[in-house]
Amino acid sequence: MKRLMNLRPSKATALIIGLLPFILVVLIYIVASDVRLAENPNDKLLPSMNSIVEAVDRMAFTESKRTGEILFVEDTVSSLERLGLGVLISAVLALLMAIPLGFVPFVRAGLSPFVAAFSMVPPMAILPILFIVFGMGEMAKVALIVIGVTPLIIRDLQQRIMEIPTEQLIKAQTLGGSSWTITLRVVLPQIFPRLLDAVRLTLGTAWIFLISAEAISATEGLGYRIFLVRRYLSMDVILPYVVWITLLAFLFDYLLKHFNYRVFKWYDAGKER
Amino acid sequence: MKSSTVTKLFKKMALSVLVLGLSINSSYAEVKDKFQVSWTIYVGWMPWDYAQQKGIVDKWAKKYGIEIEMVQVNDYIESINQYTAGKFDGCLMTNMDALTIPAAGGVDSTAVIMGDYSNGNDGIILKDKKNLADIKGQTVNLVELSVSHYLLARGLESVGLSEKDVKVLNTSDADMVAAYGTKDVTAMTTWNPQLSEILSNNPSANLVFDSSKTPGEIIDMLVINTETLKDNPKLAKALTGAWFEVMELMKKGDEEALTFMAKASGTDLAGYKSQLDSTMMFYEPSDAVKFADSEELPKTMKKVSEFSFDHGILGEGAPDAEFIGMEFPGGKTFGDKGNIKLRFIDTYVKMAAEGKL
Repeated sequence: MKRLMNLRPSKATALIIGLLPFILVVLIYIVASDVRLAENPNDKLLPSMNSIVEAVDRMAFTESKRTGEILFVEDTVSSLERLGLGVLISAVLALLMAIPLGFVPFVRAGLSPFVAAFSMVPPMAILPILFIVFGMGEMAKVALIVIGVTPLIIRDLQQRIMEIPTEQLIKAQTLGGSSWTITLRVVLPQIFPRLLDAVRLTLGTAWIFLISAEAISATEGLGYRIFLVRRYLSMDVILPYVVWITLLAFLFDYLLKHFNYRVFKWYDAGKER
Repeated sequence: MKSSTVTKLFKKMALSVLVLGLSINSSYAEVKDKFQVSWTIYVGWMPWDYAQQKGIVDKWAKKYGIEIEMVQVNDYIESINQYTAGKFDGCLMTNMDALTIPAAGGVDSTAVIMGDYSNGNDGIILKDKKNLADIKGQTVNLVELSVSHYLLARGLESVGLSEKDVKVLNTSDADMVAAYGTKDVTAMTTWNPQLSEILSNNPSANLVFDSSKTPGEIIDMLVINTETLKDNPKLAKALTGAWFEVMELMKKGDEEALTFMAKASGTDLAGYKSQLDSTMMFYEPSDAVKFADSEELPKTMKKVSEFSFDHGILGEGAPDAEFIGMEFPGGKTFGDKGNIKLRFIDTYVKMAAEGKL
């Protein structure tokens, strides 16, 4: 007898049932929007698909009357610059700190409690201090991402380094490896794909800090635009922006994952893809 | 058999979609006996908190056989957005926000009580410079598209500059005090209590322009959904009655009431009194009537409408500043008569002035 747990969908079926929830959400939206618009044709809370398309056209394909720039492109570029820089700095910083933390007991004993405690400080709560230290320009926005994300990656990587089997490390020492060569030849290659995984998992957090930073003070950016038009409830602009941010985040996650599996073939051995 | 399960499932789904659609749908036009009005912390709106907490709102609501709840919302814009979305029957907001948020969003709104206008509560600060003209070329931190933005435009106009001469940097109102302390910030437009906080703690801060130079242009008012009002005039009567009962206390300088409002807004009696000094409160119903009936009000709203149109906040598809029609006491109008979405009335303050509430 065939059990449910053993039935597997074909590729085509998987695609269709995978798309179903998305279609359902769009349908629910359209119905709910219609109901509201029937009562007040100018309702802004759930704009019709038409006005969303118009807003996208206006933001993404028409030059702004005031600056001559395409707002959507400008917003995306500046947000991605901030996010990219913030995540890159976090990843490099985390790698540089996590290896000594995970690998050298003296460093761990000295710094691990501090890093653990520091990672619990909510950056949003000490924002005024960050303003004074980093100013209110680009630096502050990148710094907010770095401060928010780095401790998370450090703690994850440190854990992974400590999980490297002792046998491997002993073996490498019997082969004549020094602490330095073992770091380079044993730890680093194993930790690098895990770093990329950690970056994937913290991307969501990085976006949160980016949007918050742009909400507080900015002249352009995806988060800036959302918080600006929120003032007059322009959901026709906000909704496409949210979809776009989600899409970008999803794309980064997908690319990082596949890059990781492509470059480090051993890493995904035995994992379900 | 399989297909019937699918049909059942589909029916269930369709039903839940319908329920969802209906539940987020609100109905305005009906006679009701329970109302909710949202308010946020601001010097000119603290009387509402006092009126609610001390049972004055309840007393007047009971007189008209209804129930009214004043709901405090922490975020000012969120409060207006919720009102616009139909969650509240009334809301406290400024004249400019009433035009650009509910009215531009197609929600016909009526300003029932114009309680006060900003008479120095909003201002432009320059660091180390003493003349407004020095603002040229500087970056100005402000809440974009807010009354601060409007005040900046009016200030620039007064010294022959325009918004092109400065750079505007959107900054959250909650972060203004901290922002002033940073090196890059040299110019700022904000409102009380942040304004006085910055001015009193920083010798480098100079107030170069404030709303007392544009009297009557930033108005704080009680707005009620026009359809709700039409079906339930009792709501406006009860609220107006409660409001002027508190105004009576404030006019007398009732320490207990003022201290209560000061505490609720996070300051002390002296701090609250100094904020009141830069607020032109209409303690007398007759003054409120005079203000509503004045020739200045339509002129002010014309300026606000033009500013809003220039900044693209009159809503999409607005071809000019007259797209949204406004109505004033005495049958005066501004803009498109076929699209009147914001109404200023003196009906209820007049009743208060005549003692008919």
